[in-house]
Parts: sequence; structure tokens; C-alpha cells
Amino acid sequence: MNQTTSSVSIRGLDLHFGSVKVLTDLDIEIGEGEFLVLLGSSGCGKSTLLNCIAGLLDVSGGEIHIKGRNVTWDEPKDRGIGMVFQSYALYPQMTVRGNLSFGLKQAKVAKSEIESRVKRAAEVLQIEALLERKPAQLSGGQRQRVAIGRALVRDVDVFLFDEPLSNLDAKLRASLRVEIKRLHQQLHNTMIYVTHDQIEAMTLADRIAIMKDGAVQQLGTPHEIYSSPVNRYVAAFIGSPSMNFFSGSLSGDNFVSDTMTLSMDRYAFDGTGRQNGRVELGVRPEHVACDEAARDMPFQVEVDVDVVEPMGSDTQVWGSLQGEEFRFRVDGQSTLKTGDKVLVGIDPARTCLFDMTTELRL
Amino acid sequence: MNHQITHKGAQGRRPFRPLRNLNAKIAAIPMILTAMVVFVGGTIWTVVYSFTNSRLLPREQFVGLKQYERLWGTSRWQVSIENLLIFGVCSLVLSLVIGFVLAALLDQKIRFEDTFRTIFLYPFAMSFIVTGLVWQWILNPRLGVQNVVRDLGWDSFVFDPLNNADIAIYGILIAAIWQGTGFIMCLMLAGLRGIDEDIWKAARVDGIPAWKTYIFIVIPMMRPVFITTLVIIAAGIVKVYDLVVAQTSGGPGIASEVPAKYVYEKMFQSQNLAQGFAASTMMLLAVLIVLIPWAYLEFGGRRRD
Amino acid sequence: MTESVAPVGRGPNGPKPRRVFSRRNIFLYGILGLVACYYALPLYVMVVTSLKGMPEIRMGNIFSPPVEVTFQPWVKAWAEACTGLNCDGLSRGFWNSVMITVPSVVLSIAIASVNGYALANWRFKGANVFFTILIFGAFIPYQVMIYPLVIILREMGLYGSFWGLVLVHSVFGMPILTLLFRNYFSSLPEELFKAARVDGAGFWGIFLKIMLPMSVPIFVVAMILQITGIWNDFLFGVIYTKPANYPMTVQLNNIVNSVQGVKEYNVNMAATMITALVPLTVYFISGRLFVRGIAAGAVKG
Repeated sequence: MNQTTSSVSIRGLDLHFGSVKVLTDLDIEIGEGEFLVLLGSSGCGKSTLLNCIAGLLDVSGGEIHIKGRNVTWDEPKDRGIGMVFQSYALYPQMTVRGNLSFGLKQAKVAKSEIESRVKRAAEVLQIEALLERKPAQLSGGQRQRVAIGRALVRDVDVFLFDEPLSNLDAKLRASLRVEIKRLHQQLHNTMIYVTHDQIEAMTLADRIAIMKDGAVQQLGTPHEIYSSPVNRYVAAFIGSPSMNFFSGSLSGDNFVSDTMTLSMDRYAFDGTGRQNGRVELGVRPEHVACDEAARDMPFQVEVDVDVVEPMGSDTQVWGSLQGEEFRFRVDGQSTLKTGDKVLVGIDPARTCLFDMTTELRL
Repeated sequence: MNHQITHKGAQGRRPFRPLRNLNAKIAAIPMILTAMVVFVGGTIWTVVYSFTNSRLLPREQFVGLKQYERLWGTSRWQVSIENLLIFGVCSLVLSLVIGFVLAALLDQKIRFEDTFRTIFLYPFAMSFIVTGLVWQWILNPRLGVQNVVRDLGWDSFVFDPLNNADIAIYGILIAAIWQGTGFIMCLMLAGLRGIDEDIWKAARVDGIPAWKTYIFIVIPMMRPVFITTLVIIAAGIVKVYDLVVAQTSGGPGIASEVPAKYVYEKMFQSQNLAQGFAASTMMLLAVLIVLIPWAYLEFGGRRRD
Repeated sequence: MTESVAPVGRGPNGPKPRRVFSRRNIFLYGILGLVACYYALPLYVMVVTSLKGMPEIRMGNIFSPPVEVTFQPWVKAWAEACTGLNCDGLSRGFWNSVMITVPSVVLSIAIASVNGYALANWRFKGANVFFTILIFGAFIPYQVMIYPLVIILREMGLYGSFWGLVLVHSVFGMPILTLLFRNYFSSLPEELFKAARVDGAGFWGIFLKIMLPMSVPIFVVAMILQITGIWNDFLFGVIYTKPANYPMTVQLNNIVNSVQGVKEYNVNMAATMITALVPLTVYFISGRLFVRGIAAGAVKG
């Protein structure tokens, strides 16, 4: 077809239930061996999109191609995909071995072939010892491994993950995350991964698609998404604690608000160029310099400290700039306390400017 | 190029294919037949033929509302309706009150809860015929309860509802309550258990007495359970038949007749089909009066959420 | 109030004293006990009466235990009691009821479980319309549908036979059972169903290999519901079968309420007991599942 490098290609995909539009005119090309993360808050349509790709939901319009084949109307089993679910979805009455081989039996794969594929998958995931157990006898992490194994034995090119780590506790989540990444490096499969956790997204993805209201807001590498978000929504969604926004206006090279005036001459404007008018300035808390470091910054201002939240490695400070909330991050050793006044500095080059009405990045 | 053609969505729509999901449709055939042929079709058929003068066999000779005029002019039907009203109101109120009180008592974290529940519910496993016959025996004037009390020395004691035309229906009521309240209690108990434990903790911290908590907090919270229970009881009351047949056969005289019995006898014994159809249509009407407001509240409201 | 526990001057200390015979407990258990007596009494009277001889019944008190236990009434009720037509007792009705109940339970559950599964996992356009009609149908008085069904069965040549009645039970059991199964299958994790589809299992494959093994409890519940319901049925039995095929309830009523002959209360009660025995056994064995069945079937209606 037209692009031999793309493994999964979604073209003009539409989905609506009655009058409720769930997905609108989606176009996504996913390259061979790419790890794409669909990221968004709940209800944004990311899981729905994944279900469409899997063939578990019928689309209302558009096409889905996998490996250059139009699979829009194909049954899930014929699409060459494997899928891993949030709740693991292991068949409770079957052993681990039964779970792994069920799909292959349905496909009438030869017994010896099933045996060897199950063996290989179990080796890769280090679950050989668990093969004869029932899912109820496994821990959460082990269950998710088996679920991944079920996708693995299908010997497919595309893996779909539907929030696979959400049911695990924080520690397990982190370790399985690394394992998934290792698996990807080892197998070079195409992986499409749905999550609402931005850390998972940032750490795993080759590219991230941020979704909202059934449409992709931005599709780009984690770095692009983080440092040059295309609009205010993406900027606010990525990063924790989230970005500070100050409303003001742009006149010439300067951002002007009630509390500050910043020269934006070092700011990398988007292609659309600069236009005077109402804008919002976005500043990431981790990009705010404090105290001594602030003195080197092009713009400095004094902030009242309201609440201090020590997190160990660093400390979050909730300050106020003449009544406006201002969050920033300081070193974990900082001795700041409520009531202090502190000098903070901002580098305009690391900020973002958004048009007030279109919410697009300038 | 492919890309350009397909870019604007709609072309990808699946063509209409009745064979899609075929197995599910096959599996639903019995349901579709039951719903459309028996429930809808049968109901319409009966209503239509209630306007004829069918006797031994159904025939299409329409006589307007004549069957209904005759129906409402029959004293037996009037008694049936009167009985149904008395029986219905009493058993509604009594089952709800007794059922709820028993459920509340059982919900006090008491010992032997399972034993008590087993005792209260076992009558529900028995048929109305068995229920009717047992209570007919217990209420037997010469050998039953009345006799036992008289033997104790109270010679003038009278408790013979089944042979007293004025109160025969209450004799049936006693048996019906005995048979059905255990079930209502179970529904109520499930409702009570469904209420957040924290509500009770909050009420206790606030110092609200238990009975007040029940009346002002718990019962309002259980509104859906009450409404559903009400509908279930009401639908059951209209169908009441076997119990009367077993306990009194409608007697003494026609004192404990009920509509369902009237319908059966007109259709299958006195070869007066259209009369039976008219009477059953009236029963349908009575159920609809209960059902439609409920369905409206239950489903109309849910859709708006 | 607390003097038995707290030494003077030390105040409340340690576990709060509990009194077994508090006013609340006496009240609570008193009422429950009385009510329990009211509920248990008929069963007791039934058993006691069925074990007495007629002379003892005429003389005595229905609540007193039998002086001389006799099983003669049971034997008579089972094998000799007369219905006016014949005198071979309840045994004929018992076997009729078995012949009616077993296929009815199997057929109605088979239809409803597959249908409920289709409604829960394979929704198709219009399915919900039919389902809604079906559920509403559960509330319509049977009386409006009785006669059309007579015609349908007559056309099919099944009127009066066991199979006709089996069909009727399957039809009228469908709303509640379908609801039961639909709700149960909907409550199973949807991802399991999706996983099975990705694995390539179809409609029947998923039902037989994935859903059925997970649904044993709900099948038991459905069986309890159907066995008791069908065994206890009177109206359909009397309408859709001929006297030779009458189920036990109909025969019982004919025996007890027959106007001929002398009333033998002990035989009547023995017959009543025998008829109640099957559902009672199911009830006492199934315990909590019975409660769950009727509650699940009803509350969600």
C-alpha cells in the first residue's frame, strides 16, 4: 500500500453511538516496531480507539490497516494482534498453560507447535514455574505476566495494551513498566499502549498521542510533548505538578500582566508568528529557579510561600504572587517555610505562550 | 492515493448485513417469539375477542361493550373486585410493614440469624395449594384453633373466618401473609444490607436514636427497594388464584371469589369465553394502572440522568 | 450499672460490660421467637396431624403431638387416596410432576441462559426492545395470555400433553430467567469476553468454554427457582394438561377438597406434606442460594 513502513494505520476513523460522537476523524500512522502510547484522561476515547483497532468495536466510518492489510471488517482474531487488558482477563477456570494455549487451540495450531510457543513465551516472561497454576493462585504481577504471555504466544506483530498496569500497586507498576520496555527492545513488535499515567507514557513511548474528546491533540515524541505542547490542554495535562498559567497580554516582545512584565525575545515562537493580544503564559514548576539561582534569570520576582510539601528528593512550594497561585519546585534540602518570602526567577525561553481564545501555542 | 479516497469517513461504514451476529439472533428467537407472539400477540388477541360474544369457541361476532356491561352487572364479579381490593390493600400494607420490621430486627447483628431467616422464609417454598390446605385445616372450626382455645376453657371463643361470609377473605389473607412475608423480608434485608455502614456510624456519632434513623434516613434511602417490592406484591395480588381454590373454593357461597378465579371458570367451565376475556382484560387494566407509573418513574427517570 | 466490673474509683476500664439479658435483647429475641412460632406452626401441625390416627384427631388438639405415631396416612395418601376419578393416590401426580418439572427446568434454563448471554455480550439492534417487552410481560396477568396459548398448543398438537405444559413453563419462566442470566453475564468482566474474542473463540466457544465454567452458581440459582416454581404450579397444570397428566398440586387439591366420602384429615395432611416435600428439600438444602435466587430475580425486576 502507500506506506510500507507503517504497521498500523488509522485513516479517518469515526465512531459514534447514536448521536454521541466518541471518535472523530482520527488519522494515525504507527511505524513498524514503534511504541505508541495513547494518553488522556478518562473518557477521552483512548480505550475506545484501542478496542476499534482490536476489532472489538465496530467503527462507524474510516479504515484500519494492519501490516498493509485493510482489517476494518475483520474479526479480532484475524487481525494479527495480541491484547493485554487492565483486569488481566485471565480465564479463571483454566491453568496458566490453558490460558496461554486457548487461542492457539481455537486457531487449530498443531499440538507440538502450541507446546513450543507456550514454552518460549514462558521463558521470556519467566513464568515457567507457574504453568500449572490457576490464575487465582497468582499475584497481580504474575497475572499480568501471564496476560502478556497470552498475547506473546499468538506470534503477532502488533501488541495492544489497555492500561495493563493500572491494577497494580506503585512498586510493581514501576518494575513491570521496565519489563515491558525490555520486552519491546527484545521483540521489536509494534506496541500500542493506552494509559492515563503520564509517567508510563513518558518512559515507555517512542511517540505519545494525547487524546481529548475523541480527537488527538498532539502526536509526538515525549520530549516534543513536554517541551513544546501544541496547546494549553496538552501543556496542563503533562507535568506534575502541572504548569502555572498567568493571563496577560502580548505587546511587541513583552508579556505584560498585573504582576509581571517579561521580555519574550528569547522565546521560540511557533510558525504562526507573534500577534499582540490576550495570551496566557505557562511556566513549569520545575523550570522556576529559586533564591541564588534566580539571580541569573532574565526575570525575577518575589513570591510569598503559602504551603511547603517536602517530597524527599525535592520540595514543592505553593506560593502566591499577589494573590495568584504560583507553584514551583525547590531542592529537597531547602529550608523554606510558610510565611517566607522568596525570590524566584523564570527563563522566558522555557515558558510557553498560548493564545487566550484559541488556546493554541504561539 | 488510497488515503485520499478514504479520508472522509463514511465510506468505511459496514454495509447492512442481517447475517452479522447471526448466532446471537438465533439464540434470541425464543425470546422474540415469546415476547411478540405470546405476550403482545396473546394480549391483543384476548382484548380484541373480549368484544365478541364467543362462548364455547372464539368467534368474530363483535358486540361492543356488552361483555363488560354484563361483567360489571354480575354480583360475583363485584364481590371478586371488592375482595381483591380488601385483600390487596391489606396484604400490601401488612407485607410491607411486617416484612420491613422483621428485616430490621434481623439486621441487629443478632445470633441465629440464619435460623430465623430459614424459618421465616420456608413458607415461600411451598405452593399456594399447600398453604391453602394447611390453613384450611388450622382454621377448621371443629378441630382447629377455635377448638383448642375452647378446650382451654373459653367456651364462647369464635374464630372461624373461612365459614363466615363477612370475613372469609381475611382468612385467606392470614395464609397469604404467612406464605409471602418471608420473601418480602428478604428483599428488605437485602435493601438494608445495601445501605452504607457509614450512615449508621454517622447517625450514632450524631446521637440519633435507631428508630429515628430508620424512619428519617434508612427508609427514604430504600425508596427503590420499596417501590420494586410494591410492584412485585401488586403483580402477585392480581394473580391470586390457587390459594383461594385450595382454601375456600370461593366460598362460603361467593364470599371469597377473586377475579382470576372468575376468569378461569368463565373460560374453562361455563363456556363463556368472551366473559372470561373481558374479565381478564379488566385485570390487565388494573395491572397497567400500577405498572405504567412505576415504569415511568423507574425508566423515564433513569434516562434523564 | 457497671459496679460488677469497675472497682470503685477507677472508672471505666477494659472491655465494656455486656449484658445478655438487656431489655433490648429480651424484646428483640422475644418478638423474633414469637414470630418464628407463628411461621413454624403450620409445618408442625401438618407433620403432627399426618402422624395421628383419625380417632385421635377427632378427640384431641391439633397442636398436641401424636400419642400413637402411625404412618398409615402417608401410605394411604401416596397409594390409595381418591380424587373422585381414581383411587391410586398421589403417586401418579408425583410422577406426572417429575415428568413435567425435569424437562421444563432443563429447557427453560437452556433457552434463557443462551438468550441472556446473547443479550449481555452480543447485543444486536432491537434486542433491547424485545427484552423490555419480555420483562413487561412478566407483570401481565397470565389470564390474558392463557387462552391464546391454548389455541397455539392445540394447533401444535400439544394441548393436554406433558410437552405442551413444558413449553408453557418455558415461556412464562423466560422473563425472570433471562433477566437473571443477562444480569449475571453482564456482571462478569467484559475484558474476559474481549480476550476470548481476540483469542478467536466465537459465540458458542465463548459460551461453552469461558462463560459456563464460571457460571455454576447462577445455574444452581436458576434451577432452584424453576424447580420450586414449576413444582408448585397449579394454574397451568389444570389448564394445559388432561386429568391423566395432572401435576401433583392439582391432584392434591382434588384429593383434599373432594366432596365425597368422610374427610380424613390425617391423610390430607400427609398428602400435603408429600407435595411440599420436594420444594422444601430444595429449600433446606440450598439455603443461602435460594435467598440469593429470589432476591436477584426480584430486586432487579
